[in-house]
Amino acid sequence: MASIDHSVLTWILLLPAFGAVVAALLPERGKLVQSWTLLIALATFGLTLHLPAHFDYSHGGFQFEINRLWIVSPPIRYHLGVDGLSVWLVVLTGFLAPIGVLASWRVIDTRIKEFYSLFLLQQTAMLGVFLALDLMVYYAFWELSLVPMAILIAMFGRDPGSRTSSRAAIKFFLYTFIPSALFLVGILALYARTGTFDYVELKAALIQNPTLFSPPALWVISLSFLVAFAVKVPVFPLHGWLGDVFSEAPTAMAMVVAGKLGLYSLIRFHIGLFPFESRRVAHWMIMLAVLGILYGALVALVQNDLKRLLAFGTVSSLSFCTLGIYTFAINGLDGAVFHILSESITGGALLVLLGVMYERYGTYDIERYGGLAARTPQLATLFVVTMLALIGLPILNGFVGEFLTLSSGFATSHLWGALGTVGVILSAAYMLWMVQRVFYGPESPLVHRSPAHDLAPREHLALWPMAVLMVIMGVFSPYWIRAIDRGVHSLSNTPALNHPGAALLSSQSHEGEAQ
Amino acid sequence: MNDGLHLWLIPVLPLVGFVLNGLLGRRSPKALVSTIALVFSAAPFLLVLHVYTSFSALSLPYIERHTSWIATSTFHADFAFALDQLTLVMLLVVTGVGFLIHIYSVGYMAHEEGYWRFFAYLNLFMFFMLTLVLAENFLLMFVGWEGVGLASYLLIGFYFKKHSAVRAGMKAFVVNRIGDFGFLLAMFLLIIHFGTLSFIEVGSQIAQHPDWHGGVLTAIALLLVLGATGKSAQIPLYVWLPDAMEGPTPVSALIHAATMVTAGVYMVVRTHALFDRAPLALSVVAVIGAATAFFAATVGILQTDIKRVLAYSTISQLGYMFLACGAAAYSAAIFHLVTHAFFKALLFLAAGSVIHAVGGEQDMRLMGGLRRYIPVTFWTMTMAVFAISAFPPFAGFFSKDAILAEVFRSPNGGPLLWTVGIVTAAITSFYMFRLWYMTFFGHLRLQRETTHHVTLPVGLDDELLATGHSTNGQHAHGQPHGHGIHESPRSMLIPLVLLAVLSVAGGWIGIPHSLGGSDRFARFLDPVTHGTGVPASFEQVSIAMRTGAPIPTTEPPSKLEDPQTERMLSGCSVLAALLGLLLADTLYRRKPQLPARMAAGSRAIYGLVVNKYWIDEIYGFLIVKPLLIISRYILWGGVDRGIIGGGGRVLAGGTQGVGAVLRRIQSGNIRSYAGWLAIGAAAILLLAFFGFGAHIHMGVR
Repeated sequence: MASIDHSVLTWILLLPAFGAVVAALLPERGKLVQSWTLLIALATFGLTLHLPAHFDYSHGGFQFEINRLWIVSPPIRYHLGVDGLSVWLVVLTGFLAPIGVLASWRVIDTRIKEFYSLFLLQQTAMLGVFLALDLMVYYAFWELSLVPMAILIAMFGRDPGSRTSSRAAIKFFLYTFIPSALFLVGILALYARTGTFDYVELKAALIQNPTLFSPPALWVISLSFLVAFAVKVPVFPLHGWLGDVFSEAPTAMAMVVAGKLGLYSLIRFHIGLFPFESRRVAHWMIMLAVLGILYGALVALVQNDLKRLLAFGTVSSLSFCTLGIYTFAINGLDGAVFHILSESITGGALLVLLGVMYERYGTYDIERYGGLAARTPQLATLFVVTMLALIGLPILNGFVGEFLTLSSGFATSHLWGALGTVGVILSAAYMLWMVQRVFYGPESPLVHRSPAHDLAPREHLALWPMAVLMVIMGVFSPYWIRAIDRGVHSLSNTPALNHPGAALLSSQSHEGEAQ
Repeated sequence: MNDGLHLWLIPVLPLVGFVLNGLLGRRSPKALVSTIALVFSAAPFLLVLHVYTSFSALSLPYIERHTSWIATSTFHADFAFALDQLTLVMLLVVTGVGFLIHIYSVGYMAHEEGYWRFFAYLNLFMFFMLTLVLAENFLLMFVGWEGVGLASYLLIGFYFKKHSAVRAGMKAFVVNRIGDFGFLLAMFLLIIHFGTLSFIEVGSQIAQHPDWHGGVLTAIALLLVLGATGKSAQIPLYVWLPDAMEGPTPVSALIHAATMVTAGVYMVVRTHALFDRAPLALSVVAVIGAATAFFAATVGILQTDIKRVLAYSTISQLGYMFLACGAAAYSAAIFHLVTHAFFKALLFLAAGSVIHAVGGEQDMRLMGGLRRYIPVTFWTMTMAVFAISAFPPFAGFFSKDAILAEVFRSPNGGPLLWTVGIVTAAITSFYMFRLWYMTFFGHLRLQRETTHHVTLPVGLDDELLATGHSTNGQHAHGQPHGHGIHESPRSMLIPLVLLAVLSVAGGWIGIPHSLGGSDRFARFLDPVTHGTGVPASFEQVSIAMRTGAPIPTTEPPSKLEDPQTERMLSGCSVLAALLGLLLADTLYRRKPQLPARMAAGSRAIYGLVVNKYWIDEIYGFLIVKPLLIISRYILWGGVDRGIIGGGGRVLAGGTQGVGAVLRRIQSGNIRSYAGWLAIGAAAILLLAFFGFGAHIHMGVR
């Protein structure tokens, strides 16, 4: 098994890309393309499971590393690796892909090959973002994750080819592409002085040689990173694209478009590379996070469209992560990363459920629903469980992250922490109210007219793994946090290492030797 | 450490019942469903009895620690259970009353749709409630705390096709979340200042620092009080409990009377080490308790729905328990919690039996004369009415008496709060006997043929005119049974009888010295309820702080100090109860035309009280409405679609060309996309190599 350790990350990256090529060549017969994509997604997921199974918890640095010079000038390295921060995010990406395929199984009925090839390409891109340790390679994957997304939204939107779909795609593209271009300039500026794109080397160089950049220059570069990531999260008030994308994008895309990529990048590249600059913006970020929690929940309260409600709910929920990250406390960082995992699963489950409802009733309009619980009890049960996870009921996964991020937010600032905790009340309000209008009460005319099909086996297959995980992650959180804690320890202001530079240096020195 | 007590089994067994019924119940016959539910609620009761028998041999508190639940490198909270005298009392009440109510439900819910769902939720509730009681730390207690809220939400909204039921469930959950907000902040403060959430560690840190007073401890205690007012339905968060009566009656008995709503009281007693050092918080608790007790009792006077009378009386009785906590009379609070669990569960179950008998009707104005038709229900309910009205030697007398006596002499209580308590006792007695007379005496006003949507005989009762809404006919019981009014099945009557016995004799475990007893209950709880010294009053502390004198911690006045005063106080209680009884007898038996005339005579006050002081409307107007308006028109309409959306449009407008190009390239042809991708990538690479290249090299040099 040990021999695969050196190549497993490459396999994880290549498998979906290979699958994408084959999917484009396969004939569109029966469910051939779907089955193939499902197979590839499952195989990739299986490969990602190798990482936590063989993860070395005694070791804080990168593992399963591959580090080869790829292009000599400029020196771009094929440098991949995972640490406690990224290992579960990689597994998460692998886990969500088969569910995305199942969720698209019937809805995507035209241009199937295009959809599934782009879907798998997107998968490679996301995995690449989590694995790449060379900034140029990372950037390539980052961009690659944007392009198929925009195309998929435009082609397979709620109303394919319509103006609203393409407007959502353009909006997404502009929102993410313009900051990304600035981000590229930032990367190049870093390279200009240090002569390297390698994350580990860059990090060491920035610490060992503080005079490389004037403080304003480094400040501007760090901002270019911050903005690109914050848009992708999205951090309030940069969330303008999310509502449109959520309401237009096919389920499988909406499941992965928000949250994890941006939040991971914030932790890895913003506070990882710029420990001092990121601390300078910390109180602003905490403020934005808390505003996001409250704003997202309040706006979600008054939405009539289920997808838009979920979009604002997602802004609110993801803001807990931002809050946790910028406390720089170990509890906050642990909670933030754990919350990325649980939010992706819970939010994903809710999107699948909304997709299931749309397949049956053809609308996301809350007003037109009512009394669904009597017609489709299984759907209602899973919906309520997911909702409870999202509003942070203890012993479901959402609570752990919320508790850790809020408690360290409160320790950092009593005022903002307390305000953020108000989100706990508001999230219950908007979710319960929505569930009440959609599932309870007498049946609406629409629900009454339509045939009552409860969940089909395929939908059970997509939803139950997520539901079970919500409980398991809620009860046995230390299993995940153990790795996360290792990964983010050096980024935090832990009492033992209160000088962040010293902490980074000590973890840096042996990582440098590892290559 | 783990010598085979296996405390964890106590909450986990009902969880197994929940999972079994939740997954398989839909397709199982009712007999199997109820067997599972009964077995998995009886098992924890038997376990608790086992614990009880081996209790004296244990070294207390007995701690059972399992794995960590949340653990980072600087913080951890474990799955840990603790057993001490307080836990044991709570366990006996929760599992004992809980099991009786399970039995009752088998009969009561027999004709309901979703029978399996009901029992699954009921078992789920038991799981969370027992977790709450057994938890050794704040965080695990919070699991139970929120969990019972969830079970309550699900059970209030059990008849989910009914708008009012679902709305009531949601209201209960959200209002409780406001309380939970306080609980969470209290935990955050505890983490900062104590570094742990374990009850025992927090307690020992406080014990080690006799100089800690007020300050952060007050803040923590007050935040916990906010949490407790939510769960235990106290001012200002009591508004959810009356609406919670939408749930099936056994739920009202178990969750909204006997167990869940007492969680706030339990929590205050469990964390009293904090409160003992925060006299301000104790004063707040006492005032909230007294105010709630009085306020809710006055509302109870004019309610006409039998369950709502009981709901307001629950709020009022919980107020007494709060008042006792505020007076640092923790054992009296728990004593009343126990007796209240007996007689209030009985009141609700008997009310359920009444409702069952009259085909789902809950309006007392349509009842009357029922004692002839349902004698067992009548007699058991009579015991409960006498118990809650605190007539000796019924259970409620001893516990209420203990509270009032302690309040009288506590520095946080005093004669003023005692007076509020005694007046409330008179009101309690009045509205309970009003209920008793309206339901069981006089002549039957229900028209049998139309048991569901009853048409009122004209001019029946003036109170109807003012209430506006009236019938709250409950559910499938609305189907007339056809045989007219009938006594309930045996599965419902047995719990009634057992609870009636407890309502009579349950108080005898705590007969005070002044009345010739030995105060056994208080002595049993003493190791838990005393520990860090009895607090000085808030005034004494603030005077001491200002003058720099040492902070006084008064020793408790000995219980034997003044039996004369105590007996006099007991006498006052009995008088108050008698007064209430006589008034009710006059107004509802001897001169039944009088209430209407009195109501007409004082329209303003009558309107205020019958509309529950408009509190719901005021909350709606001051909080809910503004929040929705701000969200809809300012945040969503103004900020999001206006500013943020507008910014996006400007951005998009400025790059209209890009949009046009994008629309063109969106040809739907995968090869052309691949081409565009390649061109884009190539452009970036070219830029990187040649465009920026020169600049980069300059930079390096």
